[in-house]
Amino acid sequence: MTETTVTPTKPLVVEEQETKPGWAGQNVPRKEDKRLVQGQGLFFDDVKRHNMGYVHFVRSPYAHAKIRSVDVSKALEHPGVYGTLTGDEVATLTDPFFQISSPPGAFLKDYCMAVGKVRFVGEPVAAVVASTREIARDASELVEVDYEPLDPLVDARRALDDDAPVLHDEAGTNLTWEGVYEWGDLDKAFAEADRVVKISELHFDRFNSTPLECDGALVEYNRGTGQWTLITNNQFPGFAVIMMGPAMRVGLDKLRFVTQDIGGGFGNKITSHPQLVACCLLARKLNRPVQWTEWRTDFHLSMSHGNERWFLDTEVAVSEDGTLLGFRTTALDDAGAWLRYEPLGGVIWAQVTPGMYRWRHIRLDFKQVVTNKAPVSPNRGYSRMQHLWFTERLIDIVAHELGLDPVEVRKRNYIRTEDMPYETPNGCIYDSGDYAKMLDAALELVGYDSLAERRADAERRGNLLGLGIGSTLDSGTNNFGQSRLINPELQFSGNNEVATVKLDIFGEIVVTLGTTPQGQGHETTASQVVADILGCSVDDVNVRAGHDSYWNSYAGFSGTYASQFAVTGLGAVKGATELLAGEMKKLAAVILGATPDDIELADGQARLRANPEAALPFMALGAIINANNAGLPEDLDVTLNCRYVYRPPFQVPDVERKYGNLTLTYAAQVHVAVVEVDPETGVYEIVDYAAVDDCGKRINPQIVEGQVMGATAQALGAATHETFTYDEDGNLLTPNFYDYHVPHALDMPPLKTGYIESPSPFTSLGTKGMGEGGGAGIHAVCAALQDALRTHGNAIVYDSCNPYHRVWALLSDPDSARARVSVEST
Amino acid sequence: MEASVATLATIRVEINGTAYEREVEARRLLVHFIRDDLDLTGTHVGCDTGNCGACSVILDGTLVKSCMLLAVQADGASIETVEGLAQDEELTGLQQAFSDHHALQCGYCTPGMLMSATALLRENPRPTDEEIRRAIQGNICRCTGYWNIFEAIKAAAEA
Repeated sequence: MTETTVTPTKPLVVEEQETKPGWAGQNVPRKEDKRLVQGQGLFFDDVKRHNMGYVHFVRSPYAHAKIRSVDVSKALEHPGVYGTLTGDEVATLTDPFFQISSPPGAFLKDYCMAVGKVRFVGEPVAAVVASTREIARDASELVEVDYEPLDPLVDARRALDDDAPVLHDEAGTNLTWEGVYEWGDLDKAFAEADRVVKISELHFDRFNSTPLECDGALVEYNRGTGQWTLITNNQFPGFAVIMMGPAMRVGLDKLRFVTQDIGGGFGNKITSHPQLVACCLLARKLNRPVQWTEWRTDFHLSMSHGNERWFLDTEVAVSEDGTLLGFRTTALDDAGAWLRYEPLGGVIWAQVTPGMYRWRHIRLDFKQVVTNKAPVSPNRGYSRMQHLWFTERLIDIVAHELGLDPVEVRKRNYIRTEDMPYETPNGCIYDSGDYAKMLDAALELVGYDSLAERRADAERRGNLLGLGIGSTLDSGTNNFGQSRLINPELQFSGNNEVATVKLDIFGEIVVTLGTTPQGQGHETTASQVVADILGCSVDDVNVRAGHDSYWNSYAGFSGTYASQFAVTGLGAVKGATELLAGEMKKLAAVILGATPDDIELADGQARLRANPEAALPFMALGAIINANNAGLPEDLDVTLNCRYVYRPPFQVPDVERKYGNLTLTYAAQVHVAVVEVDPETGVYEIVDYAAVDDCGKRINPQIVEGQVMGATAQALGAATHETFTYDEDGNLLTPNFYDYHVPHALDMPPLKTGYIESPSPFTSLGTKGMGEGGGAGIHAVCAALQDALRTHGNAIVYDSCNPYHRVWALLSDPDSARARVSVEST
Repeated sequence: MEASVATLATIRVEINGTAYEREVEARRLLVHFIRDDLDLTGTHVGCDTGNCGACSVILDGTLVKSCMLLAVQADGASIETVEGLAQDEELTGLQQAFSDHHALQCGYCTPGMLMSATALLRENPRPTDEEIRRAIQGNICRCTGYWNIFEAIKAAAEA
């Protein structure tokens, strides 16, 4: 794949809109870059403390086993070992983590390490702390654990069999959560359908985004105040702390989360709270700072796999002309051994219930089961990606079976721009967009008009050419009220994020965020928003790097996850900056003997509109309030230190009907892949690729495009190679980067990007959350393969991950794939 | 398994022009020596298996993955790490190109990428697109999809 990357310098399609000159909308160079290109970033593992010890976890070699005993005595005798922690201690010192699930999932007893039983290979059973990483690792091998192996449950489809091993005796079943979602009139839709397309089984594979930096923390305990400081790359401290505090029996203010730079997150760093609890216990027990850096193999074995999901007994009601009426299916979700963030995936998918299409009659029976595999947790595109892959698969299978053009089926059924804002069958509101226009743009980028010639050209070379479309949504800014559809007892709803903006004594503008960026450039885009409001340069705006929950810019949902910074984070920045601007004008008005309305902020000054010569530099304002305030009017309510909590306009969803608006914004992606398959071997190459994105108003287009590229690359990895595959004994076969093949430089196809901008009517900046739109790529590859195979057996692509051997199987035995699909005329 | 007794050795290395002499365990990896003993934390660790390239440094003029060498193997060597690229905060053309072309997001792979690209451009100041891709084939980036990294290296080569 040697073609040069093509990135159009001009947008293909731009919505007509008013533009005002300013920093927002410009490719402002990233403030983060200068330190990062010099190796001056500060990642958690870069931080050291005097006398700190290194933590190594002893992990289970069994997928399922009772723990008869754990003996740490030999490890403790090893020179350089500071101490250990075992499951028995954990069970005494802590309570099980709060469970999000209603029963029976609610009955799980989840501690920070295995207590009494192990449930996946790699589950921590003990921890050793020593003076060096090497000694900690050596000594962990001296910990003697006596196991009594049990039968493992690896295949979720067996989880509900009468003879299946039960993971959690407390729950009494492997079915930890089930919810039946139904909207519209299914009977009517199927009665009116000309055709019913039936698909027995589709499978969304298990993988995750494998951030290059693994999890970890440096944890210090302050014995005098009973307070822990966790320098950690956890990306959702707001969630971690509500899990950890009750389990550790301490108030939340005792847990201070600090981070500067994070080496990628992609959702995978949300659920490190069990290991963080273990580190807290060790720091207190050993009276010294402890440092835990997860090994790559440990990450693969134990951390945040993406949700594996089966779609069983699907039926699609469709008219002769390809009009989609509705579908019904059973989604069987494999959560792995624990419900660390689950069963939220059981409702998150519903943010995008109909995908991009106008079908109104939908039934989905969501069953989540536990298996003896690593626990799942959010992964870029969390739970929506699985569902959107499914809805896209339905489109292409229907088109395939009815002999229709997938482009035409999409255009016939896409929600139209004139329908926006569009209310979905379950009450979500798609804010804006033009999907058909995006599809046209993407097809143009790959030269759709000349497809027949390229197909013929490939055939002359003995290859099969196929084109596939993936069209998906990146729903952003969660309404956490959706958690009540999982468990009506939960007291979460809405969302929030915080920023503070202050003017300091020498006129410095200082911004603090509640977010935990992992490469999204928050320092830069926040500066752009602030500079536009205050009338100064982005260089004048100092955004503190990273996160500190002891800054006063922190609320319950603070963090960086779920495609929301451009809405919640920047909404908070805008709110705080507007408050500050108001105070600056008020103060200047007092000094200049005017009213606040007479004042404008420009060129780093507060000045009279009518007489710009009468001006106060920001420095003067900062100095007056902070250090020279004698004589100011008593009633002048100005601090020049402003905090704003952004709160999106959400209602609590209707739990009975499972109905309501679950997310605020809907960014959209349309990807088109062109593949060439060697019919002799199943080896294929992506020879052309287009990604068109619409995330509303773009504050920094270069950063947005970077997110599109990154998400696309992750999708291509997931579509072609990346898989967490287990053997029948529950051993992970891909526990490192040798066996788990992520895309490398030579794997990248040529990429063409385009965009449109459909500003969100629901956000203060017209922005939409974005960054998780990679799912389109997984489907585009599946659809392209199915298209390529039409003349060679006509197989149906039924799995999200299609390495060469699976394509070869589709070529050599197309009938078994075809047997999954049938069409009935009604 | 009985834990072995660590063997200590004294090594001397020069890193970015500064001479260091330290006593290290014989089994200590070069990357941990650089990061933990010398506190040069720009060089990163992203895997256990030599696949990711985040720890790439230039040792006696040759690009190496510092997790694939023991510190004692580097005794007497002259090593360049990412901290040695910019002089007095003045970025190299390559570093500037990485920023200009948005060739980094989280920045975790960036030090290794920069060292690989630096080694490439010294050997081959006008690489082809294919040669650029091959030069960073041993460096994993999970954020960018590499496309902007190709552009940045190309721009630095053409500058």
